[in-house]
Amino acid sequence: MTVPMTVSMTVPMTVPMTVPPSARTVRVEPCMGTVFSFDIRDPGDWTGAVADVVAWLHRVDRIFSTYRPDSDVSRLQRREIRLADADLLVAEVLDRCADLEIATGGHFSARRDGRIDPTGLVKGWAVEAASRRLRAHGAADHAVNGGGDVQLAGEPEPGREWTVGVADPHRPGRILATVRGRDLAVATSGTAERGAHVLDPFTGRPVTHLASATVTGPDLSTVDAYATAAFVLGRSALPWVDGLPGYAALLVDLDGRQHASAAWPG
Amino acid sequence: MRRALFAVSGTVVGLVLLLSFKTHPAAVSTPPAAIGTPQAGGGAAPSATPSPSSAPSSAGGSGGSGGSGGSSGSGAAKTITGEAAQTRYGPVQVQITVSGGTVTNVTAVDYPQTEPRDIQINSFAIPQLNQEATAAKSTNIDIVSGATYTSQGYIQSLQSALDRAGL
Repeated sequence: MTVPMTVSMTVPMTVPMTVPPSARTVRVEPCMGTVFSFDIRDPGDWTGAVADVVAWLHRVDRIFSTYRPDSDVSRLQRREIRLADADLLVAEVLDRCADLEIATGGHFSARRDGRIDPTGLVKGWAVEAASRRLRAHGAADHAVNGGGDVQLAGEPEPGREWTVGVADPHRPGRILATVRGRDLAVATSGTAERGAHVLDPFTGRPVTHLASATVTGPDLSTVDAYATAAFVLGRSALPWVDGLPGYAALLVDLDGRQHASAAWPG
Repeated sequence: MRRALFAVSGTVVGLVLLLSFKTHPAAVSTPPAAIGTPQAGGGAAPSATPSPSSAPSSAGGSGGSGGSGGSSGSGAAKTITGEAAQTRYGPVQVQITVSGGTVTNVTAVDYPQTEPRDIQINSFAIPQLNQEATAAKSTNIDIVSGATYTSQGYIQSLQSALDRAGL
């Protein structure tokens, strides 16, 4: 099942960064405890479109944040309101969580200690929705990155695929593999940035048997949940992902060895 | 030259974490000699022992400790110094060099360097950030996927370097 991977990463240090004027619209926005990056490659002025998407993301944060006592999800957890009283987006996300819990055999779950907690899906779902909103504004070629979870639309320039670097969990700031594609989503679950924070839904204990799990596929909400499930599953995630058409996985173990599913596009 | 400078300072509004530029045409600051040279007056001292936190922070509230921005430059190249951004390890201040509309260098001019762990982090992470931004550009990496970073973690991420390259 383990596919040896060839990874090329040369590091010449002499090439200056060139910034073609107005070729990209880049916007960076702190939200949900992390940072969202927008990179629009269509020519034009996207200030208004990005402002709309950013405002929507902050609205999602106000509804879903478990760090805000007055969010709909916090009030649901305290049973102060019913689901029918919450914003309609809450039911939409909880429905997705339920579907994904089944699809992952329970290895992704939005329930913790008997309470609902969709935090593990909200960011990936929101990035995917933000990308759809940008498309609706007319931006066909763009990338949205929510704290390391990526949704790509179209292509970065005519005739070229997007190239996504997969962060090396053992060497901060470095890339261990690249993935190319159009209309691609890439999500990574791991301990490099925030420690052992992913809990095994079956044991309730932090998962520590992998350094990271990266999953690719068409839509980020699914890919995000699959990356979490793959991280929980460990090496046995590979045969599972092999059975999912359109999805691929790259696992990095604690020793830095890479294990890719058969369809990994690297 | 003025156009490039304006583009940088205009788009940086969204990048409140790291680069909040104020361009004062009259203000002239001397670029530091090298990374690793302590700032006079110990301005880089972190206020407390670094303690990694997993809780989301109010990211918008960070930044802006001292370090009024300034720009200096003569001839073709222009050096712009951002305001200091508060990170969990202490203040970080970044300087970029723009030459002919091209970002030619990104340098940390102020960063925590009192605690032993700070020195370990900075001798590794900050020079590398610059190298990786250059390397990513040369290998045409557009975007980076990794374990979810915090607002503070973003500052040292390769994604932030790629974002700056697009500013």
